[in-house]
Amino acid sequence: MEYIFQAENIYKQYENHQALTDVSVSVPRDGIFGLLGPNGAGKTTLIRIINQIIAPDQGKLFFKGEKLHSKHIARIGYLPEERGLYKKMKVGEQALYLAQLKNVDIKDARKSLKEWFEKFDLMPWWDRKVEELSKGMQQKVQFIITILHKPELLIFDEPFSGFDPINVNLLKSEILKLRDQGTSIIFSTHNMSSVEELCDHIALINKSEKILDGKLDEIKKAHSNRIFTLEIGDLQKPMEKILSPVANILRLENGKDGLVKAKVRIEEGYNANDLIKHILPSVHFHGFQEELPSMNDIFIKTVTGKYPQELKKEDLKLHMDLDTN
Amino acid sequence: MNKTFTIIKREYLSRVRKRTFIVMTILGPLFMAALLIVPVFIARMSDSVYEVAVVDNTRLFYTEFADANNVVFTDLNIDVDSAIELMKADKFDAVLHIPTTAFQAPSTLRLFSEKAINMNAKLYIESILRNEFELMKLAHAGIDPEILKATETKISITAIRLLRDGHEQTDYPEVSMGLGIFGGILIYFFVFLFGSQVMRGVMEEKSNRIVEIIVSSVKPFQLMMGKIVGIAMVGLTQFLIWILLTFAIVGSVSAAMPEVFRFTPQENIYLNSSQSLNPTELQKQMQQVQQHNTPAGQIMESLRAINYKVMILSFIFYFLGGYLLYAALFAAIGSAVDNEADTQQFMLPITIPMIFSIIMAQLVMNNPSGPVSFWLSIIPFTSPIIMMVRIPFGVPLFDLWLSVTLLILGFLGTTWLAAKIYRTGILMYGKKVSYKELWKWVRRTG
Repeated sequence: MEYIFQAENIYKQYENHQALTDVSVSVPRDGIFGLLGPNGAGKTTLIRIINQIIAPDQGKLFFKGEKLHSKHIARIGYLPEERGLYKKMKVGEQALYLAQLKNVDIKDARKSLKEWFEKFDLMPWWDRKVEELSKGMQQKVQFIITILHKPELLIFDEPFSGFDPINVNLLKSEILKLRDQGTSIIFSTHNMSSVEELCDHIALINKSEKILDGKLDEIKKAHSNRIFTLEIGDLQKPMEKILSPVANILRLENGKDGLVKAKVRIEEGYNANDLIKHILPSVHFHGFQEELPSMNDIFIKTVTGKYPQELKKEDLKLHMDLDTN
Repeated sequence: MNKTFTIIKREYLSRVRKRTFIVMTILGPLFMAALLIVPVFIARMSDSVYEVAVVDNTRLFYTEFADANNVVFTDLNIDVDSAIELMKADKFDAVLHIPTTAFQAPSTLRLFSEKAINMNAKLYIESILRNEFELMKLAHAGIDPEILKATETKISITAIRLLRDGHEQTDYPEVSMGLGIFGGILIYFFVFLFGSQVMRGVMEEKSNRIVEIIVSSVKPFQLMMGKIVGIAMVGLTQFLIWILLTFAIVGSVSAAMPEVFRFTPQENIYLNSSQSLNPTELQKQMQQVQQHNTPAGQIMESLRAINYKVMILSFIFYFLGGYLLYAALFAAIGSAVDNEADTQQFMLPITIPMIFSIIMAQLVMNNPSGPVSFWLSIIPFTSPIIMMVRIPFGVPLFDLWLSVTLLILGFLGTTWLAAKIYRTGILMYGKKVSYKELWKWVRRTG
């Protein structure tokens, strides 16, 4: 697989804490790469290292296989989590200024800025001061500034914070369009539902170390907790007896059409095939589906060691601590 | 380099186009010119004739009061109370009472007035009476006033400095002092005014949270230097316009109303108050004003004698050098704090050498070539102000080059130090920073 960005064995130490310990990530081309982790895990440090804002203590960095160099800055677009604009500066002028800092020719910048401003209904605000814009509009301007120089790698740190749902959808569709046009994207967020929606690959960082990475669907499979949903009819025996000893029932629902919906967990030593073979003689199959854990569950499980439903009070406290760090 | 230029351009234009800059740039010279012109003008305008009634009980002195400029004397051979009644009836502005005891006890002399006493008139009367009393005392002692006058010697040493190239140069320490302290104070203001603009600019970028967007495109050092250089150019622009406009305004006003700027007899009385004067001598003095051997003439001549090329060049250098040295530190402070209130603790080490320089300026002027002057004018933190104070007195080339070199090294040093604090500080939020912490940032690599 071709990678747009690779970080190998990155270490970064701050005065009082270790921010990154032996972190290696490989960001594939043409996809959306989710960078996940609790607050304070080291995500922002890693993102800043990728943007060459800070340098790692140790480790190697590659952009498209080349050693990372300051010339690559113009190929990367970064929307930081903590972002703002000069309040007193005019919107259009400011966008042009920031584009010039990314080495975009001023004529090209003006032309493509106008296109983007039209698209986002910002044109009437070109000559207004930033402070006159609503927060949502400012965010749109920042988004445009981030992508204006047509970077090959885009890094979004919590891009949806501060947007209303309509604009979140607008932004999502723009991000997906960019991906389809061949831009690689690193996407850092706490919002697990948007991770499931957008990401192809993920890496999870906790307490300065990478603890999980890979393709999203593979990770989900690997975290399968052997829970399946069965839809069956024509029960000959009680459900428990049919399943035993291959699986046990977690929940049972009686549907209106006489079908039974059962959520079951397969016992150790058996697999899905065993279950089907075991119960096939006794039931009439209408549906069979694996219940993969949500990214939210995987996140919490990986970070705290337990699934959310298994968490006790102490664990939750631990999790809260992680979150506020 | 290209990006640094883009940053300089923004920093410069965004400030120069501000309404406050335009207003300050135009109002500044008007204000400065007003400071120079208005007092002179007001002094002239308010000089209405001041009428003094003289009640001389001794009948010895009343003839000596000659009308001068705006003070008019009238001899009244009546008792004081009647004279005061006349004054109350607005016939006079003041009543001078010379009682019979005046000569033995000068403290019994009285000047009555309903309004505030006119200081010019009072000083003029005092100088006349002092002169007359002295003459009478001399007569009592049997000394011929003519002899005394012959012994009177006016001494004014012309200080000549022998220059290395064999030329002689007349020194005028008073003028040098004035120019030196003016230059020093100007640098002091420039550094503080524009240094704190750098600090506020950095804090603005930090609190706006635009800084992370910018440093993902340029190096933090480029952003910092762009800001420092941009603001330096704003400062130079403003001062250049100020100086040009001030000269233009003062020049045109003095050309339009030359009489406003001429010396008046009263001013000469103050200038020569220790000398004995009578009205005819006053006239002579007035004519001498135009010649070089009078104080005013000396000032004119010594202003011409100053080496303006050296003055202006060194002013611009120390202007910029001092600013660059401190602006980097101001930028570091701005980056390390989250709000204006937290800047206080870090401002102190910057303020102290600056204020110290201004305080020491007096000492330096008293002995411009002494060891204190030497050391303070080569240490980069004090040299911009102290060297400006020294330069009008003439500075050995060695001192000057040493000072210049050390100042350049100094601002390279503070810039290097500040850059290290800056790149960490701009990304650090919600943390109250101590000196210890700053030192860790300096030592941090990468």
